[in-house]
Amino acid sequence: MNSLPILSILTIVPLIGAVMLIGLDSQSKRLARGLGLAFSLAGLALAAWLWKAFDGNSPDLQFVERHAWIPSIGAEYFVGVDGLGLLMVLLTALVTPIAMLASWRIEDKPQIYFSMMLLLQAGLFGTFTALNFFHWFIFWELSLVPAFFLIKLWGGPNRSAAATQFFVYTMVGSVAMLLSFLAIYWAVGTFDFIQLAEKGHNGDLASILNVKLGWYNLSRNQLPLIIFAGIFLGFAVKVPLIPFHTWLPMTYAEAPTGTTMMLTGVMSKMGVYGFIRILMPLFPEQMRMILTPLLWLAVATIVFSACAAFAQKDLKRVFAYSSINHLGYCMLGIFAFVKFTGSEPPWSTEKAAVLNGVMLQMFNHGLTAPILFCFIGFLEQRSGGLRGLDQFGGLRKVAPVFCGLMGVSIFASLGLPGLNGFIGEFLIFKGAFPLVTWATALSVIGLLVTAIFLLTVIQRVFNGPLNGKWASLADLSWRERLIVLPATALMFLVGIYPQLLIGKINTTVMQMVDQLKF
Amino acid sequence: MSGISYSEILKLVAPEMLVSLAALAVLAIDLLVMREAPQRYRFWTGAAFAGLGCGLAIAWLLAMNPPPHSMSAGLSLLQGTYADDVLVRLVKVALLVMTLFTLAISMESNFTDHIGEYLALILLATVGMMFLVSSENLLMVFISLELTSLSLYILTAFNKRNVESAEAALKYFLFGGMSAAFTLFGLSLVYGLAGSIQFSEIYSKLHAAKIDTLLLAAIVMTVIGFGFKIAAVPFHLWAPDAYQGAPTPSAAFIASGSKVASFFIFAKLMMQAFAGAEGNGAWRHFTPGWLPVVATVAACSMLLGNLAAIVQGNVKRLLAYSAIAHAGYALLGLLSNSQQGMSSLIYYIVTYGLTVLGAFGVVAIVEERTGDASISSFAGLGRRQPLLGLCMMVFMLSLAGIPPLAGFFGKFYLFTAAIGAGKDMGMLWLVIFAIAMSAVSLYYYLQVLKQIYVVPAVEDSRPIVVPVSSRIILSLLALVVVVLGCAPELLLGRLITAIKLASHQ
Repeated sequence: MNSLPILSILTIVPLIGAVMLIGLDSQSKRLARGLGLAFSLAGLALAAWLWKAFDGNSPDLQFVERHAWIPSIGAEYFVGVDGLGLLMVLLTALVTPIAMLASWRIEDKPQIYFSMMLLLQAGLFGTFTALNFFHWFIFWELSLVPAFFLIKLWGGPNRSAAATQFFVYTMVGSVAMLLSFLAIYWAVGTFDFIQLAEKGHNGDLASILNVKLGWYNLSRNQLPLIIFAGIFLGFAVKVPLIPFHTWLPMTYAEAPTGTTMMLTGVMSKMGVYGFIRILMPLFPEQMRMILTPLLWLAVATIVFSACAAFAQKDLKRVFAYSSINHLGYCMLGIFAFVKFTGSEPPWSTEKAAVLNGVMLQMFNHGLTAPILFCFIGFLEQRSGGLRGLDQFGGLRKVAPVFCGLMGVSIFASLGLPGLNGFIGEFLIFKGAFPLVTWATALSVIGLLVTAIFLLTVIQRVFNGPLNGKWASLADLSWRERLIVLPATALMFLVGIYPQLLIGKINTTVMQMVDQLKF
Repeated sequence: MSGISYSEILKLVAPEMLVSLAALAVLAIDLLVMREAPQRYRFWTGAAFAGLGCGLAIAWLLAMNPPPHSMSAGLSLLQGTYADDVLVRLVKVALLVMTLFTLAISMESNFTDHIGEYLALILLATVGMMFLVSSENLLMVFISLELTSLSLYILTAFNKRNVESAEAALKYFLFGGMSAAFTLFGLSLVYGLAGSIQFSEIYSKLHAAKIDTLLLAAIVMTVIGFGFKIAAVPFHLWAPDAYQGAPTPSAAFIASGSKVASFFIFAKLMMQAFAGAEGNGAWRHFTPGWLPVVATVAACSMLLGNLAAIVQGNVKRLLAYSAIAHAGYALLGLLSNSQQGMSSLIYYIVTYGLTVLGAFGVVAIVEERTGDASISSFAGLGRRQPLLGLCMMVFMLSLAGIPPLAGFFGKFYLFTAAIGAGKDMGMLWLVIFAIAMSAVSLYYYLQVLKQIYVVPAVEDSRPIVVPVSSRIILSLLALVVVVLGCAPELLLGRLITAIKLASHQ
């Protein structure tokens, strides 16, 4: 369709930037920041062009590049995007420059900081476009390295512990996933996601695994289930699903603001993306087999994280738990989506609604959550590092613009109609309710608690009597307003006109619904 | 084999001859002609001649590939004294390339006045390794091993101004002598059991035999001998001292070329001669044979190598412990006991050799300029000499197995091969262990990088001057590591074809 290898260029541009920056002299801080931003904006421009050129009416993979890479082990250079990949690429491209602007004040080796940010961006672009396991896994791991350094070198007081915890957790997940994929490769002889997905859809994958691999007299169902569990672990840690979430609050709280924005905005989406791109097509049967426990996990993720957020005193931790909560809805949606319903036509509407909702939720959370952390970053700068829920109060009087804009983001996160958060959650609940009624009903508790703790934040921080300590707190500067205003505008835009996104993803969603029927 | 004439034999061993002649030439020229010349010129001239010999040998091997005797499948002369096939040639080329790089990184050093002898010994060790890889005969294996080892002992002791060097060489020598005795004992037991010293005949005698105590003793003794050469736990004790005390280029040579040759012949011996005596190395399903022995050695090497490397304060020592750990990973290829396992082993150990050569190259320069190789003398290297810092980053990350460098693909392929080995995915436990351990290893490699990029230089922060030749060599090595990581098929494709061809003989 297009001879220009646009997806390769998209991945290489930030890589070039990263290499250039690391070679910079430590004195030229302004140059480092400028270059970092320029490269991330170039990524945004490319993603925007991609968005425009993408044909939303075609269910096929687009901008495909396919080259033999290491034929000996079936590794190909195979990239392409469908609606889901496109949405994630756009999200990455949007969040990175904002996160960089939010990290502008970093004085300690900014050239390395911005280089790591670009490396992270490249890793994410690669992860969201690669369609061969070998290729994809390289980028999956590659994105882990800069994230580790960003936390370890520029984080808060407990950064070392947080970075190690983050790294070890994610690594364990990756290793489990790697082993499962090596086993799949031995059985099937391919790393190709598309081919594997076909085998998964018609149920061949499980039988091939059973024939080719034996493992100490496991029964027919157990072996594929174990392999499924390995991959599941990799993604569940990344999302994260409760009980695999324990790394997250500390990591989000300790990471520097810009990095937390990337972590919550984009990196958490890698897990959800993995669920939709890999786990759902490859192992639908296995997911169905343990659907009830999975749904319990999703419900627990939604309800417990909301309650945990309610109990936090540190604003960053409040929003860290809130982030788990919001991704819990995605998990609920995905598990509802795979529920076996036969091929009766009415269900496909529900399923399409759910999956559309999940993808929208991924994008919306990816937009809202980083902005919230960005606001907390602004607040920390003014308060000298304080960010306790009870340490402020009445800020509305001294910093009306700050409170107003942050209020918009909080309401977007809460799912107020008219803002972006509403539409995704609405579609998920609308579709999931008839499919898995009990789980959806229980999850509504999560919605309620979310509303309570978010309103509590507004009440404690913005309203009430003004804490005398902050009487001279500066409102947002023009530069800061410029950072958050475009994102805020986008929240309104998506909230009022979600078709903007749905137009690009709906065909992909419909295809996924079709494939999962059998 | 009778149908072959002397001239054909000469053609076959021409590469070895060329390298031996180069060794003599280097000795003669240095002693007779260059005696009075400044040291730098002597090193350059000597290395040029040595390099010429190796280069010609490589050219010969490549030009004659497939071999001239119309048997690309290979041939085996005089009861396997000299075997030749595509795979052996490929490994020889790799060995010669590593010798070339060793020569190149020693050119700028000044630890010795006996340049002719130094270079000649490197070449002689290379000849030993070349014969080693092309032997399919126990006696020849032992003789070549000894030629290599004796040259390496002397190379370790070559820095006469340094007590540590002598101490290291003595330790290396004593351990080596001991393990040679074990090897010889093991080999004699094998001969007693099989009545032959040729691999193929040993196989035909032993493959159906019941594994009794005697055979097991023979296997264990042989593994001890090779375990010493590849520095696997518990035969590793010489390695840290030898690496630290030896002149850096010698250490690089011990870590690269010698490893490749030993691993290759070790794998060949186990997979060919002892095929049928594998036993089972699956977790909690051990049955006697060489697999469980090697699996235990591999697990111990990974554990001890990685954990001990964490606490090292000297980069050469750190590299020694990391070498022990890497020997553990590479043994996974042997444990796969398949063609794929063999190709993954060779790929891994060749790329490892190139990487570690580069790492030692950087260490040599830093050691020369700052006076020691402690980890703190790398502080601020990224500022003082950006190119050197960048190269070291590539080498360290490749050793740690970070994509897209050669070390990553090497490990990935090793693990792929090992997962599918045997029935019931028997090596799964070791693969899981290896992955966990390689995550641990990231820590100490990053410690080195932290010194280079994060910690500022303490006393001396002036730029380090590096000769152009060293810059070119190190950049070249770094480039090779990157290229082999991004396009592994370049080497892997050849390896797989060669192994397929060689196995048809």
